Amino acid sequence: MMKTKRAFTYAFLIIVSFVSIFPFLWMISSSTNLSVDVTKGKLLPGSHLMDNMHNLLEKVDIVTALSNSAKVSISTTLLAMLIASLAGYGFEIYRSKAKDVVFNILLMSMMIPFAAIMIPLYRMFGSISNVIPWIGIDTLSSVVIPTVTTAFLIFFFRQSTKMFPKDLLEAGRMDGLSELGLFFRVYMPTMKTTYAAAAIITFMSSWNNYLWPLIVLQTPENQTIPLLISNLGSSYAPDYGVIMIAIVLSTLPTALVFFLMQKHFVAGMVGSVK
Amino acid sequence: MKTAAPKITTTRLKAGMTGWLFISIAVIMIAAFYFYPMIQALILSFKTGTGSNLSFNGIDNYKRLFTDKMFITAVKNTFIYLIFQVPLMVILALFISVLLNDKNLKFKGFFRTAIFLPCITSLVAYSVVFKYLFSSDGLVNSLLLNLHVIGTPIQWITDPFWAKVTIIIAITWRWTGYNMIFYLSGLQNIDNSIYEAARIDGASPIRQFFSITVPLLKPIILFTSITSTIGTLQLFDEIMNITKGGPGNATSSISQYIYNLSFKYSSDFGYAATVSYSIVIMIIILSIIQFKVAGEKK
Repeated sequence: MMKTKRAFTYAFLIIVSFVSIFPFLWMISSSTNLSVDVTKGKLLPGSHLMDNMHNLLEKVDIVTALSNSAKVSISTTLLAMLIASLAGYGFEIYRSKAKDVVFNILLMSMMIPFAAIMIPLYRMFGSISNVIPWIGIDTLSSVVIPTVTTAFLIFFFRQSTKMFPKDLLEAGRMDGLSELGLFFRVYMPTMKTTYAAAAIITFMSSWNNYLWPLIVLQTPENQTIPLLISNLGSSYAPDYGVIMIAIVLSTLPTALVFFLMQKHFVAGMVGSVK
Repeated sequence: MKTAAPKITTTRLKAGMTGWLFISIAVIMIAAFYFYPMIQALILSFKTGTGSNLSFNGIDNYKRLFTDKMFITAVKNTFIYLIFQVPLMVILALFISVLLNDKNLKFKGFFRTAIFLPCITSLVAYSVVFKYLFSSDGLVNSLLLNLHVIGTPIQWITDPFWAKVTIIIAITWRWTGYNMIFYLSGLQNIDNSIYEAARIDGASPIRQFFSITVPLLKPIILFTSITSTIGTLQLFDEIMNITKGGPGNATSSISQYIYNLSFKYSSDFGYAATVSYSIVIMIIILSIIQFKVAGEKK
C-alpha cells in the first residue's frame, strides 16, 4: 500500500516535471536544427546552431533588441527599487492614520487592469511627445516610466520593513545621521535580501513585458525582445530554427537570473502573500 | 519644562513631513499612471469618434456593448478560460505541492525547480513555442499519432474547440508552478503535529487534505484564485501569439478586442475604453464573489 503510493507520487512528479521541461529542451534542440527538420518533428540536436545564428543576425537586428530590452529592464529595476523602497520605508517607519489611508488607496491600483488604462496612457505619451520628445511615443523612456512604480512592490517593501530592527534607526539618529542618511546608510545595507528579491521580480516582468511596448514602440530600432520574437513568430514563412535560437537568446537572461538567485526569487514571490 | 512641549511638536511635525516626502514619488507616479488614466478612460468611455476627433455621446457606447457580437464572443471565451483553467490549475498546483511537501521525498529540489521553470519564460516566447508544438504537423500531433492515441491529427490551432483547449493547456503550463510556490510556502507553515493527531484519529490522507490542508491554506488559495482570475480577464499575449483570436473569433479575448479596436481597426478609443471598463466591473464583481465564497466556508 505504502509502496504503491510512493511509486505513484514519483511517477506523477516525473511526468509533471517532464512536461514542464520538455518545451525548453525542444526549443534548445530545435535551435540547432534546420527548419525542415523541426517541422518533421526531429527531437535530437543537430549541427546547425551557427547557421541559424548567422541567419538570425542577417534577418533581424537582435543585438539592438537585446540591448533595448537590457536598457529598459535595468533602468526600470533600479528606479523601481529606489522609489518603492523609499515608499515602503516611509509608510512603515513614519506610520500615521492618514498614510494608512493613502496606502490602501495605492493598493487599489493593483486591481486596475492594464487594458483599462492603456489608451489614456498612449494618448498621454502622445501629447508629451510634442513637449518633451525624449519621453514621448516611440522612446525607451516611455516604456519605463508608467511601469516603474507598482503598488505591489511598495506593499512588498512595506511588509519586509515590518521585520526591520528599528533600534538601528535610533542608534543612527544618535550618531547624527539625517532621516535620508538613515535610509541610505542604515536601511538599504540591512535589507539587501529584500532588494535582491524585489529586483529579480521587477527585472523579469520588465524583460518580458509585451503589451505596452507593442503599443508605444513603433520603429524597429526601438523594439524590445518580446516584440521581435512576436514578429518572427507571426511571419508567413517561418524559419523554425532561427526563431528558436531567438527565443533561446531571449530566455537566457531571465534563466540566468533565476538560476543564480533562485532562493531570493522564491522568497520574493512568497513574501508577497505573507 | 515649559519649553519642551513646542519642541516635541515641531520634531513630530518634521517627522511627519519626512514620512510624506519618502512616499511622495510613489504616490505621484501611481496617481499619474494608474488613477489619472483610469478617470480619463471613464470620460473616454462616454465619447465617440476616431483618433482624437471625439465627442460626447452619453451611454451609447455602453448600450452598444450588449449588441456587439465580437464583444459578447470575447466575454464568452474569457469566461470559458476562467471556468476551466483557474480551478484546473489551482487543484493541480495544490496536489503537486502536497506531494512535494512530503519530508521523505527524494529529489524534491529538482521537481520543484522543474515545475517552476515555465515561469521564467516570457509570455510571448512560450506562446510562439506552443504555437509550433501544437500546429497540425507539430510535435504534439506526431507524438500522439505515433503512440496511437489518435488516428488523425488534431487541428489544435484551427478548430474552434481545440484552439480553446490549446490556450488552456498553454496557460496551465505557464502558471501552475507559480501557484505551487505559494502553496508550498503555506504548507510549510502548517504545524506537522496537526497531521499527526489526525493520523492517530485514523483520518485518511484524502480526509486530511480536505479537513486540514484546504481550510488552513484558504487565504492563499483565495489569493491565487483572485490573481489568476484577474490575469485571465486580461489575457492578451497568448491569444495574440498563438491564435491571433482565431479561428473566426473562437479564442479572442477582451483585452485583445480592446487592442484591435484601438490600434488595428479605426482607432475607436471611446468604445475601446467602454469595453475596458467592462473588465474593471468584472474584476470587482468576481473578487467580491470570491471573498464571499471563501468567507462563508468557515
